[in-house]
Amino acid sequence: MHVLSIDRSIIDAIVAHARRDHPDEACGVVAGAVGSDTPTRHIPMDNAARSMTFYEFDSVEHLRVWREMDDRDEEPVVIYHSHTATEAYPSRTDVSFAGEPGAHYLLVSTREPDSEEIRSFRIVDGVVTEEPVQIVEAGVDPHAVQSYMFGQSPATVDYECSGR
Amino acid sequence: MAIEVRIPTILRSYTGGAKVVEGAGDTLGDLLTDLDSRHAGLRGRLVTDAGVLHRFVNVYVNDEDVRFLGALDAKLSDGDSVTILPAVAGGAFGFAAAAAISSHSAAAAAISSHSISRDSAAAARDAVAAR
Repeated sequence: MHVLSIDRSIIDAIVAHARRDHPDEACGVVAGAVGSDTPTRHIPMDNAARSMTFYEFDSVEHLRVWREMDDRDEEPVVIYHSHTATEAYPSRTDVSFAGEPGAHYLLVSTREPDSEEIRSFRIVDGVVTEEPVQIVEAGVDPHAVQSYMFGQSPATVDYECSGR
Repeated sequence: MAIEVRIPTILRSYTGGAKVVEGAGDTLGDLLTDLDSRHAGLRGRLVTDAGVLHRFVNVYVNDEDVRFLGALDAKLSDGDSVTILPAVAGGAFGFAAAAAISSHSAAAAAISSHSISRDSAAAARDAVAAR
């Protein structure tokens, strides 16, 4: 089974982006080395639709960022967006537009003011498969990780390993 | 006349896995017809039955979005590079509503780019007049 393994600092940056743009949907990419399946470089993107219920990358920014990834031998490991009034589950719209079969589609729901729902999916040929999100705490034992299975909100979990 | 075309992952099933293919044509429409003769089905993923570019496929000539170059009528020259990227889009809205919104935003984008170019033309005229 696939797992999305991602650093706490990147998740925090994605959540901060989603909160900043709330109630509009926020969107972006986390790039990583080709074939590594490891997201390392967070790239918040403009939502050209500036909508509470729709997102779309600006076409010019999209080309620039994809070229840059190509030049750095990176690929879009994670493509994320927020749902601001509904659950973090791919809508029919999300499924019909999903064009990167190799990417983890990360959804963040900001409908609750003080907790986020973070979930990850593969979307291939219209088929949605949820996968666990494994959040890696930096600066602590790299094997000390917190896993979220299927839609648990991080806000409901005790961070015994975070050292904070 | 050779034009390099960069194919996104999701369409490489039409090109035998190739990331870059070559084609020929004086316009984007001609190029896609040429490509389809060797990569059958590719054109159908980019052009609707009504004969226009799909709203959620981005095609660029060099660094420019072809929507601002005449879409399928965009002129091509030898050595141009064409890039195809599936739009990254979605959201909580239902599909029909999203499609309505998106055609609206495409219209809005066309109008705003038109007004920007008119504004810059006016600014250029003012600059000339001020000399």
